Amino acid sequence: MVSFRMNRRTLKVEDGTTVLEAARDAGIYIPTLCYHPALESVGACRLCMVELSHRGRTGHVAACVTPAVDGSTVKTDTPAVKRIRKTVLELLIARCPEVAILRELGERLGVGEPPYPLENEACLLCGICVRACREIVGAEAIGFAERGAASEVLPPFAVPSARCISCGTCTTVCPARTFELSKVDAVGTMHGDSDDVRTRKCVVCDEHYTSS
Amino acid sequence: MKSPSDRTSSRKSLPETDVCPELASLGFFKSQRLLALRHRGLLNPEEIDEYIALGGYAALPKALFDMTPEEIVDEVKTSGLRGRGGAGFPTGIKWELARNAESKSGSKYVVCNADEGDPGAFMDRSLLEADPHAVLEGMVIGARAMGASEGFVYVRDEYPHAVRMITRAIEQAEDYGLLGSDILGSDFDFRVSVVRGGGAFVCGEETALMASIEGREGRPRPRPPYPSQSGLWGCPTNINNVETWANIPCIVERGGEWYSGIGTKESKGTKIFSLVGKVVNTGLIEVPMGMTLREIVFDIGGGVPRGRKFKAVQSGGPSGGCIPESLIDLPVDYEELAKAGAIMGSGGLIVMDEDTCMVDLARYFVSFLEEESCGKCVPCREGIKRMREILTDIVEARGKEGDIERLEELAYAIKEASLCGLGKTAPNPVLTTIRYFRDEYESHVLHKRCPAKVCKAMIVYRVVPERCTGCQRCVQVCPVNAISGPRSQPHNVDLDKCIKCGACYEICKFDAIAGDAIYIE
Repeated sequence: MVSFRMNRRTLKVEDGTTVLEAARDAGIYIPTLCYHPALESVGACRLCMVELSHRGRTGHVAACVTPAVDGSTVKTDTPAVKRIRKTVLELLIARCPEVAILRELGERLGVGEPPYPLENEACLLCGICVRACREIVGAEAIGFAERGAASEVLPPFAVPSARCISCGTCTTVCPARTFELSKVDAVGTMHGDSDDVRTRKCVVCDEHYTSS
Repeated sequence: MKSPSDRTSSRKSLPETDVCPELASLGFFKSQRLLALRHRGLLNPEEIDEYIALGGYAALPKALFDMTPEEIVDEVKTSGLRGRGGAGFPTGIKWELARNAESKSGSKYVVCNADEGDPGAFMDRSLLEADPHAVLEGMVIGARAMGASEGFVYVRDEYPHAVRMITRAIEQAEDYGLLGSDILGSDFDFRVSVVRGGGAFVCGEETALMASIEGREGRPRPRPPYPSQSGLWGCPTNINNVETWANIPCIVERGGEWYSGIGTKESKGTKIFSLVGKVVNTGLIEVPMGMTLREIVFDIGGGVPRGRKFKAVQSGGPSGGCIPESLIDLPVDYEELAKAGAIMGSGGLIVMDEDTCMVDLARYFVSFLEEESCGKCVPCREGIKRMREILTDIVEARGKEGDIERLEELAYAIKEASLCGLGKTAPNPVLTTIRYFRDEYESHVLHKRCPAKVCKAMIVYRVVPERCTGCQRCVQVCPVNAISGPRSQPHNVDLDKCIKCGACYEICKFDAIAGDAIYIE
């Protein structure tokens, strides 16, 4: 067991529990985007930054990838933490101004219009779809291409991949709702064998699903 | 670059009786202390016998037969050697962590990081090219100390000669029984292979480097777990820079005590720097830690050429910091550089004179880092891009009030929230130039003036009619025919055609009959 302080409370958690999981169990809010409970955490979006003090050293860490350490102190709401989260969220909103989840987070964290020229990207590059395809589906049909701001989620060499089984998991887990199956099919890159696998529209929820 | 006048003056200063001066009497070499570079230029790197003849591979038997692995680790700890790749983590402690780590599969690895990608830096390349066996010997000793049976040299493919030298050195060492099974009959097995990197700057970061060796995309991952616990293929892995490895044979041979006698309280030994930029003597230098910047730039480097005024030094590569003239007496070690807002980095030192615009400099380094950001985490990917946009606006005369504060705000988030060392240090060039040259930023933003007269959007070239002799040199060099005027008559610059390349200014200053008849406004 690990015992540590979070804000004004003492939390006791199992060894290996991350700071984020401990906070969620205790009902303490830490914003996240690239975190998914079913997937390996990668610490990409950096919205979950918290202040961690341990053995006389204090710094900022990503809660989703930092294991809770016995005797440490975590603060989730300091002015510095808020300042970091504000900039990170502004940067994301400037990249994807149309993505609803960012605007919702903005309202919750008090972050409005970003002070940068707006782009119009649909994808946050959080990588949840890539991880789900690898870890849950086992297909590894998509990955990151290029690097830096030019990064994109694509099948290898940007050609339709026979590894894609058109399961639609990527569309379901996407927090930005970037992949709608119908659109994906129209783009024709995500679903390599879409000719062979028919998708149907659910009459209740209007979502697409695979029939085979 | 040396100007012709520098060359003649240095020749003249030699006493006529000296047919050939000793190396150590030359200013460039006088205060250097060569440890990692001990064999520089003295041996043929393609011949292992030459390395052995100069005392090479003497530390290895000592480490194999006269010392226990624990004693090797202790010796390195005593030496106070710190990682030469940039972060400066104590090497002995790193080795101890890897030595004590449990490996599920029984394998442990050591890696030599030669993914040197800083603009203007060539320490690792030169070491691998000039003395590959020193690096190999260090790796075998380290592997013995940590119980590793396999090693990798990760070297960028843009260094083809270094790749050839280290590959050949491995073959020769294997032939001599210095690598492979049962090294020197000691029962210790250790193999090394070369992995050629694709040239991504971020692959110098240890977790990205390991991903690249494993064949995955070169992107960093969060730590913990640290490589010493879970590195290559989940096994304990120790990664050290080329220069760190090259120091190991010296330390084992002459003792950690001896090594720790060199340098400062917290930073022991010597450090290689690549001294480049606006300095008379450019090249690799190795000096004891704690030498002042003044000694490095003026005594070894010979000062700034063409009589220009020294302005600053960029230390630690693109994510290092800019140290101004007021701190020229700073003793160079890990702590002092950090206090000044810079980093040791792998040892790049770029000297700048008064003709360097600090905002433009920051923009250059930030653009480099923008291209090299892997794109995984938001602050580094999006934040550096925004910094570059703002800096570009400032140098192109579109800066607005609040830009400097916006840069500082971005810098804070990028530094605090980025996933790996690339992002955490990326704002350094911006932060240090703002800290020491804020007036230059303000001049660009508020008055649309570039004090160093570099930013093209803010300058114009003009002819001083009274000085111009009409020699036509400028007319000839202008690539866009923007300068006109008959011979012997003052010339004229057509500002609509002028692309501000500066060719006329340069030729008028140094080669024209009049000299200095063109000025930048």
